[in-house]
Amino acid sequence: MKYFIKRVGFMALTIFAVCALTFFLMNVIPGGTAKLVLKHTFVGLEESVTDEQLNQISDKYDLDAPLYLQFFRWIKEAVFRGDIGTSYVFKKPVLYLLALRLPATIQLAVMSMLIAILTGVSLGIYSAIRENKISDHILRIVTLFGVSMPGFWVALLLILIFSLRLKLVPVTGYGSLENLLLPAAALSLHSVAAVMRVTRTSMLETLGQEYIRFAKAKGLPLWKIVSRHALKNAMLPVITVIGFQMGSLLGGAVVIEKIFAWPGIGSLLVDSISARDLPVVQGCVLAIVMMFLFVHFLVDMLYTHLDPRIRYG
Amino acid sequence: MDNVFTNRLRKKNFSLPEAYGSQFVKRVFQRKDMLFALAALLLFAGLSIFAPLLSPYDPNAIDLKNKNLNPSEEHLLGTDYLGRDLLSRILIGARTSLSIASGVVLISLFLGTATGCAAGYYGGFVDESISRVTDIFLSFPSVIFALTIMGALGAGVFNLMLALSIVHWAKYARMMRGQVLSIKKQEFVLSAITGGAGDFYIIRKHIVPNAIATLFVLATIDFGHVILSIATLSFLGIGLPADVPEWGAMLSAGKEFMRTAPYQTIFPGLAITFIVIIFSILGDGMRDILDPNHEGGEID
Repeated sequence: MKYFIKRVGFMALTIFAVCALTFFLMNVIPGGTAKLVLKHTFVGLEESVTDEQLNQISDKYDLDAPLYLQFFRWIKEAVFRGDIGTSYVFKKPVLYLLALRLPATIQLAVMSMLIAILTGVSLGIYSAIRENKISDHILRIVTLFGVSMPGFWVALLLILIFSLRLKLVPVTGYGSLENLLLPAAALSLHSVAAVMRVTRTSMLETLGQEYIRFAKAKGLPLWKIVSRHALKNAMLPVITVIGFQMGSLLGGAVVIEKIFAWPGIGSLLVDSISARDLPVVQGCVLAIVMMFLFVHFLVDMLYTHLDPRIRYG
Repeated sequence: MDNVFTNRLRKKNFSLPEAYGSQFVKRVFQRKDMLFALAALLLFAGLSIFAPLLSPYDPNAIDLKNKNLNPSEEHLLGTDYLGRDLLSRILIGARTSLSIASGVVLISLFLGTATGCAAGYYGGFVDESISRVTDIFLSFPSVIFALTIMGALGAGVFNLMLALSIVHWAKYARMMRGQVLSIKKQEFVLSAITGGAGDFYIIRKHIVPNAIATLFVLATIDFGHVILSIATLSFLGIGLPADVPEWGAMLSAGKEFMRTAPYQTIFPGLAITFIVIIFSILGDGMRDILDPNHEGGEID
């Protein structure tokens, strides 16, 4: 329980630090926020903006106050009223925009994670069983490519092959399983390779244990040894890696979403950075970090549950 | 902070290396994959250093009459949408990636070593505060973090280096801290303390030389990651200014012509993949040599 409270405390601290960091980063831009707001209000008429209008905007958003006061006001609004700002570009509450985009990102992330776990774990076990056979070597070379190829390049190659040449799936679109396949495949490749590597190593280690040799001596068939005895013990490091992979998955999702015009938080983040829509940037970063921390927390709890040594260690 | 991830990271601090100096070099030469990777790396480095001499065309020369050409004898890898020679641009691109990545790795290595050393050596409040900061830096996705910083700073070689260093230093700090903690307990350090040696002397003469091999392994593995991050950010158009030849940016420009000129989306990606593979073979191999019992897990 104490461990649990400590974990939650650390999460709160991290979220606060991330908010502060992005807030101050986003406000160091030369030129001032007021001009930025106006720029989005009068597109193409930036030159005719008067000082009076600038002051009005400054008053409205209270931009003349010192930065730390602005930050505390932002935090206060966020915590007590659930208001994390209004987009300069869309003129809508950031929370609304995020809620609109969140399902797409979760869909993509969950699908990729599922692909990564299923293929990664099964190929890893297969590779471990066939240690130093030809299929093991081939799989290891494939993983080497898997962790080294940039995700966005894989995405482009998949589009090139499956959409443009074979015309099997559409390039972009959102809604059906057909649309989800290519982005999820491109996004998961790195994780598949990473999960597979760890599964292989951990499985090999477990298969070398005394009790496995005993099970072999007893005459149990290989599949039974793996599924009944080895798998459970070999999974601990795999769970950790899955937690780590969530980070690279959410990071990778930004690029993949952009390529496939996937209406998720990642593409919103990139567009907002290009448009300097600061409240939205802040909101997107916050949402991604919270998802990331949440998954880490879940994995962490699962791990503590499976391996009691940590609780008492 | 005690959570599974940090605990596991701490466990990953390799035990003191078994192989050092000439022994280390000898083991590298015994492994065919590492020799191959080393040769490939030297080749890449050579190509990027001599790129201006080797490239058949001026990488920035625009030739609109010959745009989007497929590979031919004149243009071995074809041309891009402005008629620039792809081979020349890929060669110069190696320069961009390798030099920025070297900068990032050196800065993070230096920053991380210094802070990690301070945390591990002095302990107490110093350790507490530095460790908490590294925990926070490590607890969110690095690409997102770099993206946000670039959004604030704007595109540019220096900005990119700065942003990626801010993102990457914490890994080194954590590893260095763990190293220092284990070295500090060794007898030679205790005897140096008893002998009245100053802190700085002990750090310089005993701690850094014993920890540096492990940090170099991390730096080698990280090098590949940094190259991937550079490519990703440029691909999104928030890394480097448009006129700098860079593989990620080339892919981004080439994807618009995928239907008619697919070569533009193939070759720069191949270049990125090869260089990253080289660093991952080297890094994994070095880790195997230094610590034969590692778990093979990956830290991202």
